[in-house]
Parts: sequence; structure tokens; C-alpha cells
Amino acid sequence: MATFPLQQPVPLVDQVGVDERAAKFTKRSIKNEAKAVGLKMAVSMMDLTTLEGADSKGKVTHLCRKALRPMADRYDCPPCAAVCVYPNLVAHAVSELKGTGIPVASVATGFPSGQYPLDLRIADVRDAVSSGAEEIDMVISRGRFLEGELNEVFDEIAATKEACGKAHLKVIFETGELQTYDNVRLVSQMAIEAGADFIKTSTGKVSPAATLPVTLVMVETARDHFLATGKKIGVKPAGGLRTAKQALQFLVMVKETVGEDWLTPELFRFGASSLLSDVELQLAKLVDGNYQSAKYFSKG
Amino acid sequence: MIQRMSDLKFGSAFEYAPAPESTPVKLKKQYELFIDGEFRAPSGGKYFGSVNPAAGKRHARIAKAEPADVDAAIQSARNAYSKVWSKMAPSERGKYLFRIARIIQEKARELAILESMDGGKPIKESRDVDVPLVAAHFFYYAGWADKLDYAFPGRSPKPVGVAGQVIPWNFPLLMAAWKIAPALACGNTVVLKPAETTSVTAMHLAEIFQEAGLPDGVVNIVTGAGDTGEYLVGHDGIDKVAFTGSTSVGRRIAETVAGAGKKLTLELGGKAANIVFDDAPIEQAVEGVINGIYFNQGHVCCAGSRLLVQESIHDDFVARLERRIETLRVGDPLDKNTDIGAINSKEQLGRITSLIGSGIDEGATLHESSCPLPDSGYWCRPSFFTNVSSSHRIAREEIFGPVLSVLTFRTPAEAVSRANDTCYGLSAGIWTDKGSKIFQIADQIQAGVIWANTFNKFDPTSPFGGYLESGFGREGGMHGLMPYVQI
Repeated sequence: MATFPLQQPVPLVDQVGVDERAAKFTKRSIKNEAKAVGLKMAVSMMDLTTLEGADSKGKVTHLCRKALRPMADRYDCPPCAAVCVYPNLVAHAVSELKGTGIPVASVATGFPSGQYPLDLRIADVRDAVSSGAEEIDMVISRGRFLEGELNEVFDEIAATKEACGKAHLKVIFETGELQTYDNVRLVSQMAIEAGADFIKTSTGKVSPAATLPVTLVMVETARDHFLATGKKIGVKPAGGLRTAKQALQFLVMVKETVGEDWLTPELFRFGASSLLSDVELQLAKLVDGNYQSAKYFSKG
Repeated sequence: MIQRMSDLKFGSAFEYAPAPESTPVKLKKQYELFIDGEFRAPSGGKYFGSVNPAAGKRHARIAKAEPADVDAAIQSARNAYSKVWSKMAPSERGKYLFRIARIIQEKARELAILESMDGGKPIKESRDVDVPLVAAHFFYYAGWADKLDYAFPGRSPKPVGVAGQVIPWNFPLLMAAWKIAPALACGNTVVLKPAETTSVTAMHLAEIFQEAGLPDGVVNIVTGAGDTGEYLVGHDGIDKVAFTGSTSVGRRIAETVAGAGKKLTLELGGKAANIVFDDAPIEQAVEGVINGIYFNQGHVCCAGSRLLVQESIHDDFVARLERRIETLRVGDPLDKNTDIGAINSKEQLGRITSLIGSGIDEGATLHESSCPLPDSGYWCRPSFFTNVSSSHRIAREEIFGPVLSVLTFRTPAEAVSRANDTCYGLSAGIWTDKGSKIFQIADQIQAGVIWANTFNKFDPTSPFGGYLESGFGREGGMHGLMPYVQI
């Protein structure tokens, strides 16, 4: 098992500079073919998500079908990357998606707060994995991180990775609670070295969630780690992503920060529940030449 | 396993489609002189071509002002000064300036496109930087017009008279605003000479003056080459000379003006040091260095053209720069995704190319972006030199293009001494996460503007100007009023 302290340096981050850089990506003008390519890419990177207390098998069935075939065939829209649910619904989602190649992701480790004893959180992971989840989205103990107990946070990530077995581990930081970009850079490097396959911004339960600057800091961490070690780590902004335009801005940022190798669902994901609707609307506009009523597109 | 930067691919996946600015704007075929509130053909009947640098083709004819035209412009400015403008209630002068600022905002899109067509700068910059700052300058000095007594308490400031102003080609509209707005706010009248290669937007600004109802002769614009400017600044009929441009021309102007009793401000060249310490936020420092040298194709007098990087982070920093210049998009200035536009003129491209050649000859290592360049027009790839020592020409002379010289230092004291190892003193940048260090270093650097953890930030409220061969006098802020008042 990997150990603390970290092997790679954690550079200082200037908040003003990061915000300014992120704003520049939003100035790119993505039109026509580029827009179509980007929108389809965004769908293929989407972890279609439902994380409500009211989630039921019925709701998850709707979501799975939507992920499999988001739009009518003539739009040539790819399926989503994964479906993300609570552990209780993993087994049902797995049976719905059997044979489709779309993996089921499960939040675990006492999502969304993570405020439970470690053994319960690990049991949560094992349960989700044994139910068939191929991807685990864990939350870190933000309280312990802010207390300065970095060792403990590192160890809990490493322990979770071990419990995941073959399942991919995405580590959620809840950047809206960690707040500073210096914290984000540090926790990103910690998670990567502790065994994360993906680093993820937020649970979607705290605002702000996946902002462009915060994701930029994480993508830069992944890039620098790759340049130092050759290992590719994925990044997943999640929460607060609602428009196709936002999604394109994230793709622009990824392309210009870490290069096109990361423009794949293996290394970049969007965690979102309502983003798909707007992407569908925009994609249909490109194909049909005019905007259509949202009524023409099925809900997840 | 250490990966090389070439293991990151910035290629064709998700390639941006062309995104040309679509607002229809037409250049006129021919631009006249603006004298006494009207557009006039030049007395000699001669015109010269204005070239679209992105195509390398002539796209408009510009009037060549003869001495007689300059005489007429100065006479008209004198009349307007003594009969109208200096006598007008300051609050009324302010109203005109506010009106001009508002019209500039209304026509922002059109002005930005013209500026990019005529000068080659990317529309992103003319739209988001140049034109908004032009309006901001008029707004800012409009506010001062009736508050001059508060700027100089107890001194009852008076206007100077007629100002002869000569401006450069790198920020044509913005430099016109920097010159005209404070002059007018203080009650002076103006004869402005735009740069030969970028006269178009000044003439559109003249239309805005007409539209704003600015009294005839308060601003006159005479177009032409260096001889027109020389005749203007040497003229007995003006009381004040303001020049922005090269140090060599500035020196000639200083000689011409010496002893003539004219007030003079000069804003000249620069070779700014951008100092990056090992405790800097490195990724943001890279962005700052990129912005510092490649903004406006490096045609910026305060460009951070000398990167001084601490030896301990040199290799890492250079690798990051190499990676970053690969993602800069060079091409059509009117494409909204263009980061670096066309070099302003064939002549300037020649100067840049020759200095790049000197860098190679003197043994420095050139790092160039691999980006493709358009077939016609004037272009230069974003590039930088490593292995540069302070005696190299590329470390001493102003290149005024997208070419950075990277030097190293070991200690803060060495950083300061290298930063000051230049005949210029316009600007500098300091990159460190340590606040105390910023102040320690800034105190010791001889430069008119020093940015900390940022670069190339401009605001009308902030004075701008140089030390040493970067000139004297300040433009912008309250300091920018001083050259235009007698106190």
C-alpha cells in the first residue's frame, strides 16, 4: 500500500491566476462541426446520475434506458459512459444494463458526508462492489482534511482502493467545502498517490460544485503526475453542470491543458443529472437546423 | 519514468471550427484628413496605402498630410482653443467626453473589427481589451474635467494650449484615447498624428467626435509618415508634445523640442524583466509569462520580454512554456479563437526575423511553436530563446514581437541586478507567493509599472510611464493630468 508523505511536489496555486485562466477557456467559440463533435463527446463522457432519497427501481430503470440510447438514432448520439446510483440500487441497475457494456457506478463510503466510521464506509464499498458496481465514487473525510489529518485521509483512500478490488475508484473531494485551490491541488495529489483512478470535484449536494477553475487545478495535477510518472489519472467534474455550453468549455479546458489523450471517457467524465437535456437540445439543433421544444426529448 | 512534453498531444481531436466575427463592417476605400471638424482631402492630393497585415494586401488609401495641412490643423486647434474649448465651463467639456465614451461603447463591435482588420491584432483582444479600455479612458477623464481643482488643490490649474500628439501602431485606438482624453479634459485642443500603418481607426474615431458634436477644431487628425510627425512636433504653433513610440524617434523629438518652451512627455521602448522565483505559483506564472510576451503579438512596449527564472526551476519552467506555446492559436485576426494575430507590417516582421537570427548566431537556443502559419500576410510563430546571456542582443534590444528571452538567476539580489541591467525602465513583473518578497524586490527595480503575480494589466486610473530610455511623464490616473495643465 502507498504511504504518506507524497512522492510528487505540490506546487502553490494562485487563485486570481487560476480564475483568470479558466475564464479564458470560456472565450473559445465552438461552432458547427466542432460543436457536434464536442457535444457527442460530452454525452459519451457522462455519468448519468440519480442520487435522491426518493430513488426507486423504477426511476433507475428510466435512467438506464436513457443512458443506453439518449436520443433517436438519426442524431447519431453515443450512449452515456456510466449510470451512477446509490448502493441499494446497484443490483437493479446492473440487471437493467446487463450486456450493454455500460458500467454501473455507485457512490459509497457514507456518501455524501463521509461522516461514518471507516469500517462502515469500507463495508459500504464492498457491498456496492459485490452488487456489481464497476466504479466506486467515494467521498473523503473533509472534516479530517481540514483538521490537518492528512495521513488519515490518505489512508482511508488507500483502504477504499483496496476494498474496490477491480472496480475503478473515483475520489470525491467536495471542493466546495475545501474551498481553496491550494487545498484542491494538495488533496488531488494525495488521492492520486493513494490509488485513485479518477479524481472528482463534488457530490452535487454542496454549492459551489464543479467550477471550471477548480477542475482546471485538478486536470493540471493529473497532467503533472502523468509527466512525472507516466500514469494517467482521470478527472470528473460533477454537480452544477447544466448547459451544453458549460460542457464544451470543460472540454476546451481539457484539450488545451492536458491534450487530446484525455478527451476520452476513460480519463474524463461529467457527473450530471440534467446536463443531458440541454446537450440533446443543442445536438438536435445542429442536425435539424432549429431548436425544438424540450417536449420532444425523453426525460431520464 | 519521466514523460516528455511531447507525450501530450495537442493535435486535431476536437479541432475548433473557424469562428469568424460576423458583424458586417466595411472599410472605406479612402480616408481623408480631419481638420476643423470636417474631412478634407490633403492639399497635395497624395494618398498612401494601408495594408491588411493578415493578407499582406492594401485595403484602403490614407491621405498624406502636407505641411500646409498640418499648419491648417494647428491653426484650427488654436482657434478652437482660444475661442471655445479653454473658455467652456469644465463641466460642459466633461459632457462631451462622456458622450464620446458612450458612442465608443455603442460602436465597440465595429471599432474592434476595424482595429483587427487594419492592425492584425486578434479580435479577442481588440474586443475585450483595446476598445473597452478606450471607452474607459474617456469615461475616466470625463470625470476629471470639472474636478481639476481637487487634483491640484490650491493651484488653479490652467490648460496648456495646443497639444501635438504622435502615436504608435501597436494600440492605435487606445493610444489615441490615452492622448486625447486627458488633453481635452484639461481644456487643451489637439492635433493627432496616427502611425502610418494604422490610421484607419483614428479616422473612425474622428467620426465619433463629429457625432458627439465636439466643437470644430478641438481635435484634428493628420495622417502621414514620419515626416508629418516631425513637422508637427517641430511646429511653433503647438505648446505641448506627447509621443509614444520607439526610443530612437523619441530621442529625435526631445532634440527638436529642446529649448522651444514646449512641454514634453515621451513613452518609449522597454525590455521588461518578468522575474519568477522558485516559490511562485508556477502554473499561473507560466500563464503570466505567456500573457506578458505574446499579448498583441508582443507589440507591446511594456511586454515582459526578458524572463528571469530562478535556476532551480528553470528546466521545469521551460518545459511548461514549451507545452503552452503549442496551444497558442496563430492565424486570422478576425477568428474569435485566434490567440496571436498578424505581425503589424512587413517592416516589423523583418526586424523581428533579424533579431531572431542574431539570437541564433549568438548561440542561444530557439524554441518555436510548431503551429502552421497562413500563406499570405505577415506572421511569426510564438517562440522563446533559452541559453540567453545578458550580453546577447536579444537580451538587450527591444524585439517588439512574440519572442521571449529566458535568462536565469540564483538569488534575489542577482534577480534585481539582472532586471536593472538594461537601458530601459518601463515595466517589470514579480512572481512569488511571498508577499514580503514582492515589496522587497519591487522597491529595488527601476521601472514605471511593476506587476506582482500578474502582467499586462491596464486601467485608466493607474499611471503608466517609464524611467531612463523608456521615457518620462505619466499617462493615466491623476498623474496623467499633469502634462496637460499649467500649475
